[in-house]
Amino acid sequence: MLLAEVQYARPSTLEDAVRLLGAHDGARVLAGGQTLTNVMKARAAAPDVLVDLNDLAELREVSSGAGLEIGAMLTLTELIRSSDVEAGRPILAEVASQIADVQVRNRGTIGGNICSNDPTNHLPPLMVALGATMTIRGADGGRMVDAGDFFLGVYMTAVRPGELLTRITIPAVGDARDGFASVTIGQDGTCIVNAAASVQDGQARIALGCVDAVPVLLTTAPDEAAVRQAVQSAGLDPPSDVHASAEYRRHLAEVVAVRALAEASS
Amino acid sequence: MIEPVRGLRISVEINGERHEREVEVRRLLVHLIRDDLALTGTHVGCDTGNCGACTVIVDGVAVKSCMMLAVQADGSKIETVEGLAPNGELHPLQQAFSSFHALQCGYCTPGMLMSAKHLLDHNPEPTDGEIKRAIQGNICRCTGYVNIVEAIAAAAKGEIK
Repeated sequence: MLLAEVQYARPSTLEDAVRLLGAHDGARVLAGGQTLTNVMKARAAAPDVLVDLNDLAELREVSSGAGLEIGAMLTLTELIRSSDVEAGRPILAEVASQIADVQVRNRGTIGGNICSNDPTNHLPPLMVALGATMTIRGADGGRMVDAGDFFLGVYMTAVRPGELLTRITIPAVGDARDGFASVTIGQDGTCIVNAAASVQDGQARIALGCVDAVPVLLTTAPDEAAVRQAVQSAGLDPPSDVHASAEYRRHLAEVVAVRALAEASS
Repeated sequence: MIEPVRGLRISVEINGERHEREVEVRRLLVHLIRDDLALTGTHVGCDTGNCGACTVIVDGVAVKSCMMLAVQADGSKIETVEGLAPNGELHPLQQAFSSFHALQCGYCTPGMLMSAKHLLDHNPEPTDGEIKRAIQGNICRCTGYVNIVEAIAAAAKGEIK
């Protein structure tokens, strides 16, 4: 399909990327393009300028120290293969390997999945459950936002016009144990409901996806009865669509929360 | 310091041959390949990134060429289905697809072959499970996939009739 006319720049420094995003109204970051290209085909978005981040090697770096520092432009395939991720927080690779298919994972990025914040995406609830921190860069420098404050609405995050997500910081695993469960449309397909769980210090953090505009975080005792009770008491009002009614999604939310906890506890 | 442009002169190497073209930013890689370079083996199926008929290998990585801008391929090496049989002699995967009836209408086949090649380039001895996951991004509406999986397994083992 022919896209609408659009301008393009591929900066080689982060400073230039920030300058370009700030200098042009309607400028938009192009990361892996596995969502944005299709959104542009459908004319659901019409950016004037695409700022392609693919030449910014510094956004592809992964390092581990006190936590895991992941560049926002790391592809999902690179995330799956990263030895730092395997050693530091293997749930990230496990969940990334469930996203779409080989080709999409080869181009799609961790930052793209997070910043598009489609309520059916895998990574937003995982980021919330793990207590990730997002580093955002803009003309005024960098700022850090907790994952719990990062997701603001459907397709909306704390990244403002003129800014971009540069780094995701995941706390070191320590004695935390993580799990993820979902009900999808086909193997590795779009999530109907998903849940990420992280259990540490006698407490479970469970983030539910697909049931609201942003991930819903529940903090409970790490046992099945407590988790069921927490989901039932959360006042969930999930959307109805062709794949699941609101009532069925509410039911599934409890099911996947328990499964995610079970994986984290195993 | 760079400024945004509406078009770029790009250079790509496709199946070992270098091509230079002036392209608009809005041009998708699949249209560069099919319309500008007349390599029509690569198909457009859904044009939404789901079906995988447009799969090509860019710098060793399988991608759906309907979800990449042509300008993003500047300087890259691209493999398309035409590159599998440069001298008219079928690639082992192509021979296996023929022998195992791994296609009917053939529309998905170019993308299926490129995903299979990408798999075998990285994993020469895949399990059936690994083969199935490797072609997860390629939809076939004719075969039911069973013969495709058998063909890829046979090509990997060199057991082609």
